[in-house]
Amino acid sequence: MSLISWGMYPKIDNEVHKLTTTAVLKETLNADNEFIAFGNGRSYGDSAINENIIHVKPYEYFLAFDENQGILHVQAGALLSDILDAYVSRGWFLKVTPGTKLITVGGAIASDIHGKNHHIEGCFSECVVEFRIMLANGEIQTAKKGDELFLATCGGMGLTGVILDAKISLKRINSQFIRQTTIKTKNLKETFDAFEEYKHLPYSVAWIDCLATNEEIGKCLLMVGDFADDGDLRYKAKSKLNIPFNFPSFALNNWSVKAFNWLYYNKAPNGVSKQRVHFDSFFYPLDSIRNWNRIYGKNGFTQYQFILPKESSFEGLEKILTKISKSGKGSFLAVLKLYGKENENYLSFPIEGYSLALDFKIEKGLFELLDELDEIVVEYGGRIYLTKDVRVSQETFEKGYPKIEKFREFREKNQMSKKFHSLQSKRLNL
Amino acid sequence: MSYVLIVGAKSDIAKELSRVYSKNGYDLYLAARDVNELEEFKTDLEVRSNMNVELVELDITQFDSHQSIYSSLKERPLGVIVVSGYMNEQHVVEKDWSESLNTINVNYTGAVSLLNIIANDFEQEKRGFIVGVSSVAGDRGRKANYIYGSAKAAFSTYLSGLRNRLFESGVSVLTVKPGFVATKMTENLDLPEKLTAQPSEVAQDVFKAQQSGKDILYTKWIWRYVMLIIKHIPEFMFKKMSI
Repeated sequence: MSLISWGMYPKIDNEVHKLTTTAVLKETLNADNEFIAFGNGRSYGDSAINENIIHVKPYEYFLAFDENQGILHVQAGALLSDILDAYVSRGWFLKVTPGTKLITVGGAIASDIHGKNHHIEGCFSECVVEFRIMLANGEIQTAKKGDELFLATCGGMGLTGVILDAKISLKRINSQFIRQTTIKTKNLKETFDAFEEYKHLPYSVAWIDCLATNEEIGKCLLMVGDFADDGDLRYKAKSKLNIPFNFPSFALNNWSVKAFNWLYYNKAPNGVSKQRVHFDSFFYPLDSIRNWNRIYGKNGFTQYQFILPKESSFEGLEKILTKISKSGKGSFLAVLKLYGKENENYLSFPIEGYSLALDFKIEKGLFELLDELDEIVVEYGGRIYLTKDVRVSQETFEKGYPKIEKFREFREKNQMSKKFHSLQSKRLNL
Repeated sequence: MSYVLIVGAKSDIAKELSRVYSKNGYDLYLAARDVNELEEFKTDLEVRSNMNVELVELDITQFDSHQSIYSSLKERPLGVIVVSGYMNEQHVVEKDWSESLNTINVNYTGAVSLLNIIANDFEQEKRGFIVGVSSVAGDRGRKANYIYGSAKAAFSTYLSGLRNRLFESGVSVLTVKPGFVATKMTENLDLPEKLTAQPSEVAQDVFKAQQSGKDILYTKWIWRYVMLIIKHIPEFMFKKMSI
């Protein structure tokens, strides 16, 4: 069995070591090999791919729940969806969740994931009370906020050790429904204004038509909202649609994306409208389609996600969107988001500003285009998200992450750089 | 409170069944030979579901113990699911009588011993459900695993008879015939992806079928048609094939 990433690229053979007990894990790490932890395979790129993989997903027990404080103690392989399955009906929700619930708690920490409420709640690490991690020598340590191990591990892409379990705090909700407001904008200026106008609301995300041109560049549907207050918590996860095979590579082209974007944008009413939607469709629209990554064909795809500081976001985004629409390599999914303050972690992605995420199928000429986009990102003081990356250069990466030297020193000092590696960490010399 | 007794609780399918039933508001008795190994799992279920989970030490091949173990449950269960199974490689089983006997006892005799007791009780109470996890391997004897397969065939027949007997008293009996399932038991086999179910899928299917009072469940559903074909191949041809 070989494990691949969500982007299905690159594909390499690997040996998979299931994490079942800490004793077995310690023995595994004793071997003279390099390892990387792998959760549920939802990272797009090569950050959890290597020749030797510790498969953390099977390590998924719930250990304790403190009902008074809403603190859940859970093993690292448990999925966010498992947590929702168990606790939504009891009135609890994740404080921070990404656009898929099919990731592990360990992966959420290692990527220090962020959600539609980053401008209010920050990254996942904010809700992590503490976690236990097995280091290179097999020793188990507990890391709390403020510890260097915490700063390096949250966002550290699994390169400090194997996260074993964590205590995370949940938030109270009174409904499984979201009161959503959709704002349809005509250009980037309107989009930015709308983000500012609604930033008091906890959740916001914009879908951008990345093939729009000229004065329509940056037109979007901005969706903002918060949980309703109706007390309806009878949550039952729904069954899923499946994409049974890889689509042929011609299925996704400039025309099909244009048609999709046109339909999506035009089905929404003009101006400002209100809806009541289930949290599953608000937070996790794509989770209802199993294996949706197969629509990009067997060569795989990548997600390009970058963030720009607030003051340079408008100019930078305009440039980048212009370049993309000219290239004709658009994607169905182009997500724009406003972020709040940066945290102290060494490699966490968010800084205060705007981030854009785009899917591209892997094809000739793509990496050249992304290299050109990188130049703009660097020029405007931005950075690339490691969890999505499969091709950024070391130079571009380093310009975006000033704390990288601290991270390297910490890894060196604790023998981590000898034991934990991914294809990405080697490529970027992390 | 409503307890469901799951026998053979350490298996991957049983674990997923435990999750499905506790999530849907059932308390659980988890029965297995060595229940110490289930302590962490019991906590997991309780933290996830807020339902009661009790561990019950039970060896399906220790027939004499079944009555007293069942009687000592602090509350009669509302349903029972027998998941116990044992499969060693055919070439080992056919040469070693103790292996043959164990295969028969775990997959058939033990289940009969326990279910006889429970069926009598349920019949008297005029309520309850019985689920037996058999196998598609019981639908036709194949050279690759006919000792295991014959025990499962006997179990399927037993369940069928039990269903007919208990129908009048309102006790439902579901026979589950899983095909390939990705579990510890099949970890080293090279199984075809399209025909192989995940334990969680099997558990969902079983729950749905049991709740709706179904009689026989093939999971995945395609196995019903696969076995339909395999059952109808004439013996003179079948013996020359290596299915």
